[in-house]
Amino acid sequence: MSNSLYGPLDPAPDAGWTDGQPRKGFFTDTSICIGCKACEVACKEWNAVPEDGLLMLGSSYDNSGSLGASTWRHVKFIEQPAAASAPVDLGMPTATLPGLSDTGQRTEFRWLMESDVCKHCTHAACLDVCPTGSLFRTEFGTVVVQDDICNGCGYCVPACPFGVIDRRIGEKGVVKNEGIAQKCTLCYDRLGDGLTPACAQACPTQSIQYGDVDELRERAQERVDTLHAQGVHDARLYGENTHDGVGGLGAFFLLLDEPEVYGLPPDPVVTTKDLPQMWRKAGLAALTLLAGAVAAFAGGRS
Amino acid sequence: MAECHPVGFQWVMEAKQRGAKVIHIDPRFTRTSAVADQHVPIRVGSDIAFLGGVINYILSNFKDFREYVVAYTNAATILREDFVDTEDLGGLFSGYDEANASYDGESWGYAGHNQEAGASGEDEELAADRNSGHELGGRGATLEHSRVERDETLQHPRCVYQVLRRHYARYTPEMVEQVCGVPPEQFLAVCEAVTANSGRERTTCWVYSVGWTHHSTGVQYIRGAAIIQLLLGNMGRPGGGIMALRGHASIQGSTDIPTLFNLLPGYLPMPVAGEHDTLTDYVATISSPGMKGFWTAADAYTVSLLKAWYGDAAQPENDFCFDRLPKLTGDHGTYQTVLDQIDGKGEGYFLVGQNPAVGSAQAKLQRQGLASLKWLVVRDVNLIESATFWKDGPEIATGELATEDIGTEVFFLPAATHVEKAGSFTQTQRMVQWRHKAVEPPGDARSELDFYFQLGRMLRERLAGSTDPKDRALLDLTWDYPVDDHGEPDPVSVLAEINGSFLTGDRAGEPLPGFTSMRADGSTAGGCWIYTGIYKDGVNQAARRKPGREQNWVAGEWGWAWPMDRRTLYNRASADPEGRPWSERKAYVWWDEEEQRWTGHDVPDFEVTKPPSYRPPDGASGPEGLAGDDPFIMQADGKGWLYAPSGLLDGPMPAHYEPHESPVRNPLYHQQGNPTREVYRRKDNLSNPSAGEPGVEVFPYVFTTYRLTEHHTAGGMSRWVPYLAELQPEMFCEVSPELASERGLEHLSYATIVTARTAIEARVLVTERMTPLSVDGRVIHQVGLPYHWGVGNEAFVSGDSANDLLGLALDPNVHIQESKVGSCDIQPGRRPTGPALLRYVEDYRSRAGITVDTGNTQFTARP
Repeated sequence: MSNSLYGPLDPAPDAGWTDGQPRKGFFTDTSICIGCKACEVACKEWNAVPEDGLLMLGSSYDNSGSLGASTWRHVKFIEQPAAASAPVDLGMPTATLPGLSDTGQRTEFRWLMESDVCKHCTHAACLDVCPTGSLFRTEFGTVVVQDDICNGCGYCVPACPFGVIDRRIGEKGVVKNEGIAQKCTLCYDRLGDGLTPACAQACPTQSIQYGDVDELRERAQERVDTLHAQGVHDARLYGENTHDGVGGLGAFFLLLDEPEVYGLPPDPVVTTKDLPQMWRKAGLAALTLLAGAVAAFAGGRS
Repeated sequence: MAECHPVGFQWVMEAKQRGAKVIHIDPRFTRTSAVADQHVPIRVGSDIAFLGGVINYILSNFKDFREYVVAYTNAATILREDFVDTEDLGGLFSGYDEANASYDGESWGYAGHNQEAGASGEDEELAADRNSGHELGGRGATLEHSRVERDETLQHPRCVYQVLRRHYARYTPEMVEQVCGVPPEQFLAVCEAVTANSGRERTTCWVYSVGWTHHSTGVQYIRGAAIIQLLLGNMGRPGGGIMALRGHASIQGSTDIPTLFNLLPGYLPMPVAGEHDTLTDYVATISSPGMKGFWTAADAYTVSLLKAWYGDAAQPENDFCFDRLPKLTGDHGTYQTVLDQIDGKGEGYFLVGQNPAVGSAQAKLQRQGLASLKWLVVRDVNLIESATFWKDGPEIATGELATEDIGTEVFFLPAATHVEKAGSFTQTQRMVQWRHKAVEPPGDARSELDFYFQLGRMLRERLAGSTDPKDRALLDLTWDYPVDDHGEPDPVSVLAEINGSFLTGDRAGEPLPGFTSMRADGSTAGGCWIYTGIYKDGVNQAARRKPGREQNWVAGEWGWAWPMDRRTLYNRASADPEGRPWSERKAYVWWDEEEQRWTGHDVPDFEVTKPPSYRPPDGASGPEGLAGDDPFIMQADGKGWLYAPSGLLDGPMPAHYEPHESPVRNPLYHQQGNPTREVYRRKDNLSNPSAGEPGVEVFPYVFTTYRLTEHHTAGGMSRWVPYLAELQPEMFCEVSPELASERGLEHLSYATIVTARTAIEARVLVTERMTPLSVDGRVIHQVGLPYHWGVGNEAFVSGDSANDLLGLALDPNVHIQESKVGSCDIQPGRRPTGPALLRYVEDYRSRAGITVDTGNTQFTARP
C-alpha cells in the first residue's frame, strides 16, 4: 500500500512544490559525537528558544531531558557496560562487602552520545493532523510550524511517533509563544539564505552533517561500511530506509546499538498511515448503515 | 580534551577517522574516553610512575630510536662523578639540604673538565641559575660550558643513557600496577601502541591539559613525557611533540607576553634587585659566553625591548633605561600575594578576567585576602563572586567575615567580550590568530587595551612635571598609540610595536623581518623578540586566513607562529644527521645539497645555510657553536635533554613522589612527597595527614577537580548565560557505585565532602565512569569534583566551590598549586550551615589531630 500518507516518495513535490529544490536534512553520526552540546546552545541562540529549566536530572550528563517545545536539539548520554563482555547480573547477593570486590572484574564501559532532533519525516503525522495549517511542508521537504498561526490545539503532540513536538509551557505573557506547539525548523530561515542550520554549523566534529538527503544517505552508508570494516559491527543506520513506517526520515542517524538503547522507537509508523483505510472503512460503515436504513425503509414498504 | 577543548578535538576525531589510535589516560572516564580506543583509569597523582614505566619499557626492550637518541639528545653525555641517584638515597638526589628542603644541584651537572684544547675555563657564575628554575620561562637552563664528554656507544656507566636506565629500572609493569592501579595488560597495551607508532615511519603525540601541571611535581610530569618523546624520536617531527592544551584562549599568549610576575616578554627573566643592578649583570645571567644557541643574543633582545618601551629616553649612556624596570625582591606569585594580603602587606589588587573567589585553590584564603584590601578593581563581563564576596560569600554565612567589617572598596568595571574587541589569540602551537571586532561592546564595557591605555594616560597626566626619579619609569614610556573615533587605541599599532622596527640607517622605520635583525646597540626596537616577524613587511601576518585547501598541508599561510613562523619547533630533528628525511612518509624539512640550504614544508628551525656537516671551531659559542646536527638550538648544548643537568629545583630526572596529601605510602621510595615542594605552615592553611602520619584514616578518599564542557572555569562566562547554566545547573560529585554503597550515598541526593580546610556539599552522581582502583593491596576510591560553581546571588546557578577544599602546596619550580589531588572524607547528606559548619570541620581536625605541621614536613625521616 502506498499513498501520500505512506510509502516512499519525495515529500516537497507531493505537497505541491514545483520548483524542484532537493530535499534537505541531517545525517547525525553518533560514532563521532563528543556530547559537547554545542548544537543545543547554537540552536537556542539562533532560534531564540528560551531556557528550559535549571534542574539537575541525574541522567548522566544530560540535564535537558528530552526534545520539547524549548529544546529542539537534545544530546542524550547513555552509560552502558559493553554488552558482549558482561556476564548477566542476576542481582544475587555477593560474598564480599560492597567496594571490596575484585576491581579487575569490571567490564569495559561505554558512554554513548546522540544528538537527537526532529526527524522531518517523509510522512509527518503532525502535519497531517494540524487543523490550522500552521504545520506545513517546505520547499526543502522539511516540516515547519508557524507560531503565528498555531492555535495551540495540541493535535500534533500525540500524532508524532517520536514524541518530538510539544506545546511550550510557561507563564503567559512572560514566556514567548506560551501554549504554542514548537519544534526544530531545520533553520528554515537560514536555509532560505543558503546557510547551514545552526546546530550543524556549530558541531565541532561533524557529527551533525547537513545537506541533500540523497547525498547524505550515500555518505552514511559509506560510513557504516567503514565502521563495519573496523570491527564496529553494531553500527547501523536509523531512519534512512524509505520503505519504513514513516517513508524514511529527513533527519536520520548512525547508531552504535539498538534504537531502543537510545530511546528511539525500533519501528516507527506514521500515526496517520491507516487514515485512508480508516476513512474507507468509516465510509463503508456509513454506507452500510445507509444501506441498512434504506433497506429498512425499502423493506418496510414492501 | 573533548571535555575542555571540543573545538580542537575535531582534529583528533579526524585523525581517528584516518586510522590514528587514541589512548586516554585519566582518573575519570570523560567525553574523551567515550570516543578513545582505550581508556586507562589511573590514580590521580601517580603519573610519573606511569611515565617512568613507559621509559623503563622503552629502555629495557631497546625500543628507543637509537640514531636519533645518540645524535640529538644528551644520552651520550657523561655526568659528574659525585652525582648520586634516588636509588641510593631513598628517593632523594644528591645535594639535598634537609633544613631548607631544597637542593644544591651542582652535582647534577655534566662532567667536563675541558680536556680538549682551546676550551674556556670553568664559569661559576651560573650557580644561581641552577636554583632559579621559576625564572627560566621558555628557555633551557644555562650551562657552565658546552664542551661535554660524550660516549656515543652509550656504555659509559655515568652517561645519561645508563643513568636513566638505572633510575627507571624499578618502574616495572608490576610497580605501575602497585602505584597507579593500572593492570599490567592495560599498561603494556599503551607501551606497545606508543612504541609501535614511533620511529622512522611513524610518530606519536602526547597531549596534556594544564591539570597535568597542577601538582606538587607538575614540572616533572611534563619532563617525563619529554623523555619518552626524545627516546622515541618524536620531537621536532610532524605528528610528534607534546601538546600543552591551555585553560583559556590565549593563555599561551599571556606567557609569551607575560602576565607572570617573574617574566618579561619573550621569556626574558624579570631582573632581581641586588643581583641585576646593571644591564650587563642581567644579560650575563641569561647566557654565558661559552654557551651554544640563540640565547647568547639575549642582550639584543633586552635592549630592543627597552627601546620599544622607553624610546628615545633609552640610550647607551643610561643602560637603555634598564633601571626603570621593576626588580624582584622575592616571590610575588599569586599565592604569596594572597597570603601577604591577609597579613596586611597588600593594599590594592586588580582582577582582570579572573574569579579567584571561586576558581583559585584555597578559595577561602583568596576571599580572606580580598577582604583585607583597601581597594579592589574587578574587570569582568559579569558581576562575579570576586566582586560580591563582601555581601554574599560563604564567610558571611559562617560569621567569619561581616560585611560591615570589610574595608575593601570594590570598583567593578564592565569588560568587553572577545567578540567586542579586536586583538590576537595565541594558541598552544604558538600560532597567533587575529580577531576582528564583530560588535561594539554594550554600555560602559571596554577592552583591556583601552582600559590600560587610558589608565596609563591618566597616571602620566597625574605625574606630569614630577622630579621624583621613580616616576621616570612611567613618564619615559612611549605611550603614543593612535586612537580611533571612539578614542580607543589601535591594536595593530601595538602589534607593530611588538614586532619591532629599525631605528637608524637606510631602513629606519621599517618593521624588523625577524629577531636575528635585533641589535644590542640601540639601533632596533622590538617589544617581544620571539614575535618579531609577525608584522613583517608592514603586514599583519596573524590576520592571514588562506584556506588549507589552497596551500600545502602545513598551511603556513594561516595565522603566524612564533618564532619566525615555524609551525613545528626544532624541526631540524625531522631530518637525520646528514640532513635527509628520516623517511619519505615523515619528510618535513631537509638539506638541499644542490642549493646548499635547508628547505621543506615548514620554515626550517635552523640557520638555513648551515650544512649538516658543519662542526664548530674550538671555542665557538652562540649560534656558531651549534653543529650542523644540533637540532635543539635553544638548548645550551644543542641537544634534547633526557636528563636536565640544570634548571630544575627538584631533580634532574622525574621520580615518583606521592601528592602532598595522599592516603597511600609511596611504594617506590622511602621519601613520601616531593622533598622540595613549597608549603605554608599556617593556621589558615592546614593539611590532611598523609600515609605514615597519625589521623590519615580520617580522610581515606582521594578527590580530583576538573572542568565540564558546559562551563568555563569559575563560571564567570557560563553561569551567567542561561543556555549554558541550564546544561549543568548544579554542583555535583561523581562517585563509583562501589563508593556509593560503602558510604551510603544515593544518586541525586546530597553528599558532604570534607578536608582540613572546609566542607562543601554537592549532588551525588553515581556512575560507573568512576573506577575504584586497586593500589598497593587496597582499594582506592576517587571522588570527582567539577569546580564551576560558587556561592553568590548574581548568577543563574550557584553552589559550593570545589576549590574551597584545597590547601596550598606548590611545585617548587613554577609555584603552581597542587589543585588536582587531595584527600578527603565523603558523607551522605547536606553540610551544616552557619557557624555549625566551622564546628563540623573543627571536629574533623581534632579527630585527625591536625596541627600546622601536619603533612608539611617535606623530608621523610627514617624511623
